[in-house]
Order: sequence, then structure tokens, then C-alpha cells
Amino acid sequence: MGIVSPLGLGLEHNWSRLIAGESGIGRIASFDPSDLAAHVAGEVPVGPTEAGCLTLSDWVPVKDQKKMDRFIHLGLVAATEAVEDSGWKPESEEDRCRTGVMIGSGIGGLQTIYDASITVHEGRARRLSPFFIPSALINLVSGHVSIKYGFKGPNHSVVTACATGVHAIGDASRLIMLGDADVMVAGGAEAAVCPLGIAGFCSARALSTAFNDAPEKASRPWDRDRDGFVMGEGAGIVVLEEYEHAKARGARIYGEIVGYGMSGDAYHITAPAEGHEGAYRAMQAAVRSAGIAVSDIGYVNAHGTSTMADDLELQAVERLFGDDAGKLAMSSTKSAIGHLLGAAGAVEAIFSILAIRDNVAPPTLNLDNPSTESAIDRVAHEAQRRRIDVALSNSFGFGGTNASIIVRGV
Amino acid sequence: MSEIADKVKKIVVEHLGVEESKVTPEASFIDDLGADSLDTVELVMAFEEAFSVEIPEDAAEKIATVKDAIDYIEKQKAA
Repeated sequence: MGIVSPLGLGLEHNWSRLIAGESGIGRIASFDPSDLAAHVAGEVPVGPTEAGCLTLSDWVPVKDQKKMDRFIHLGLVAATEAVEDSGWKPESEEDRCRTGVMIGSGIGGLQTIYDASITVHEGRARRLSPFFIPSALINLVSGHVSIKYGFKGPNHSVVTACATGVHAIGDASRLIMLGDADVMVAGGAEAAVCPLGIAGFCSARALSTAFNDAPEKASRPWDRDRDGFVMGEGAGIVVLEEYEHAKARGARIYGEIVGYGMSGDAYHITAPAEGHEGAYRAMQAAVRSAGIAVSDIGYVNAHGTSTMADDLELQAVERLFGDDAGKLAMSSTKSAIGHLLGAAGAVEAIFSILAIRDNVAPPTLNLDNPSTESAIDRVAHEAQRRRIDVALSNSFGFGGTNASIIVRGV
Repeated sequence: MSEIADKVKKIVVEHLGVEESKVTPEASFIDDLGADSLDTVELVMAFEEAFSVEIPEDAAEKIATVKDAIDYIEKQKAA
């Protein structure tokens, strides 16, 4: 597994900072946000690799960097960590053909499209880089990863806004179940912390603007003072493998994907339906496909974006768990890293697997005064040591798309 | 070496990320310097920009080596 996020570079580095209750949110540094309503975001820290920061040239050769938008850079960083961690470097043609890639993005190369638009607008269309299109295309993370490692199996990509990461991992696991591949590198990558991305979500009144002077307090899921989400950038990638295949080669197995459920709201382009009934149905479908009892689930990594929709998701989870709600821990790790859009679901699925590995529920930062009381423990401020055998992770996207994934220890 | 040759060499080194010593006049962008077809399109654009010349597509297709590029640009500049 591999992660690059506002908490830094690397799986264990991210996890230990998350569990320690640290935040990756700050004032936007990659450009001057003064003209915009929102000034905060989660950006990947730049610095030496040893310090858990990103030095891009350690991962992507300088001459290749300009051929890819930043979301591809970040996807390659996390994919490299994940593939190295998995130890799966197939040499034979047959093994390569049985290894595929499914890495998505919610938005893709937004900054690249912005820059190219200006070139054309200025009457310099003939000066447009021949790398513009392949730099911006969402499926090019999958493409670059396949080229780097020689993975010749299914090469696919998912685009379902903020549900992308969960859909990519879920769909990739289904491809393995259907026999299309033995190994799939799956996840999401996003780099939309740019003027156009921030301005667009500002116009949709989706971003937090009340905490510009206290960035670390801006992402506060379920808190009564929350006023919108905080955008983050990064990537989360996992290597999925058919169980017997992994066992036969003695691979390190972090966990098992046991359930996956999807639904559509058919309601509104950005707002969830009453009681988040679409989320309820996605979770229900995931539980059904896992063949488990709801009470087996000890931890839920919520979509919990720090918007009004948080309480609707809470209602849906309460409805699903019924009398078992009191035994459940549910947190939103977006409180620490912001909302990574198309990468969110992948990073959060990884956090869910690590929660099982270490029997720790990561905290929900800034949950000072819940706007709604609940029997569910939302792990305010500090991580909790508790037994977690099975975890569920939710991701919901604009367009009314919902996805839930259930993971279990092995 | 002429000023044009120097500048061409510098652009090639920068765009293809190759060592300066490999950028000899005879070096082919694709066969010797690791460029692909998109790299060569970008290189020609960089030459156009740097030398304020127009390199039409049919001429660009004939620029395969470092020397081809230098010769073409020198001829344009002399004209």
C-alpha cells in the first residue's frame, strides 16, 4: 500500500501522524489564495524524502515531469510505494498479463487544462505542448504505472468524483473475482488545489471559509461550527491480489476486501437525499456482499466532509446499525488531511485496513461540539485503542454516487 | 561552434534530459537521445520559440539529428 497526502509521504509516516492527532491542513502555499474566499487546503509537504516529505525528482525524472499533470506525479509516487511494498515485480509475460491497473481521479489535470487554455486564448495554439492531452487525461495514471512496471493486464480508470477511490478499489477487486486478473494496482490520485479548483468549489459554496486564520481548525466533521470542506491533494494506492496467489508467493497481506456496495441517489447533482438513503443502500449492499452481520463492523471511516451532509450520513449509519450503534466507532480522517476528492476513498480505505491491523480508531479532529448527539462514538480529538476486526469505509460523490467498501484482517 | 549550435545543444539537453556529451552533431533525437515522436514535436516547438523561426511540418519531419536542426535554423536566419 502507498500514500502521499497532506500528512506527508509514505504509509507508516501518514498513519503515525494521523494516530498522533496531527493535521496536514494549512494556508495554501502553492499559489496566493488572497483573491478567493477559501484560503486553506491540505497540500503535500515539500522536502527531503527521509523526513516524510516530497522531493518529486526522487520519484519522477525531471525530463518526464512536464509530460504529466501533478495528479499523475502524486499517483506515481503512491503507486511506486505500493508496488515496492507488495514485492510483486512480475518478470514473465504471463504474470505481467495477469497484472492490471485501475487508478482513478475525480477531476484530472485541472491546472494543465487551465494553462493550456491560456496558451490557446493568447493565440498561441501552435505552441501548445504535444503532451497537453496525455498530461490531463485521468486514465494516464494507470497508463504510466503500467508502462513503468510492465503490467499488461486490464488497464482501466474510474471517474466518479469523490467516490472514485472506493469505486476503483471495489471494481478492481471484482475484476480479480471475475478472473480478469490475479493482481490489480488500484486507487485514486488528485491534485486540484489550484486556483481553478479552489474557485470552482468556492462558487459551489462547498469550501470552508470561516477558518482562514486558523487553518487546522477548518475541517471539523459533525461539529456545529463546520462550514464546508477543506480540499486536500494526494494519492492512495493498494495492490490487490487473489488470495491463493498472494499466499503462494508468501506476500505480506494487510487485509481482505470482503464487501463492496454501490448506489445512486437519483436526487440532486450535489446534495444528498433525505436521510442519505443512497448511502444507506450502498452500505447495506456492501454488508450483503460481505455476508457478515452489521454488528461485526467495529469501525466506520465516514465520508464526513465537514459539510451539512455529515449529519445525513450519521443518520444513515445509525439506521444501518440500529441497536448496535452504541458499540461502533466512526471517525472522519478528513479532519486531518482534508478532502482528497478522487483519492479520498482510496486513502481512507487504507486507513481502515491499518485501523484493523493496529486495533486503533483514528481520531476526528476539531469535533468540539457535535451538532447532533449520537450513540456512535465519533472518536473526537484522540485516537482510540479498541478491537477492530472489520471496518467499513464510505465515499459519496457529486452526481449522487455512493460507494462503501468493507475490509477485514487476515 | 556557432552561437546557434550552442543554443540548439542546450535546448536538446534541457528537453530530453540527456548528458551534454551525447549531443553530438550526428546524434539522432530518436535513435541516440531517447526521444519519442511527441518529444520531437516539442523540441521543434522549442526551436521555433528560441530562434523566432517558423518550422513547417514537412521541414520538421526532416529534422532527425542535431545537425539537421542547426543547419535548418542557420539557413532560416541567413535568409
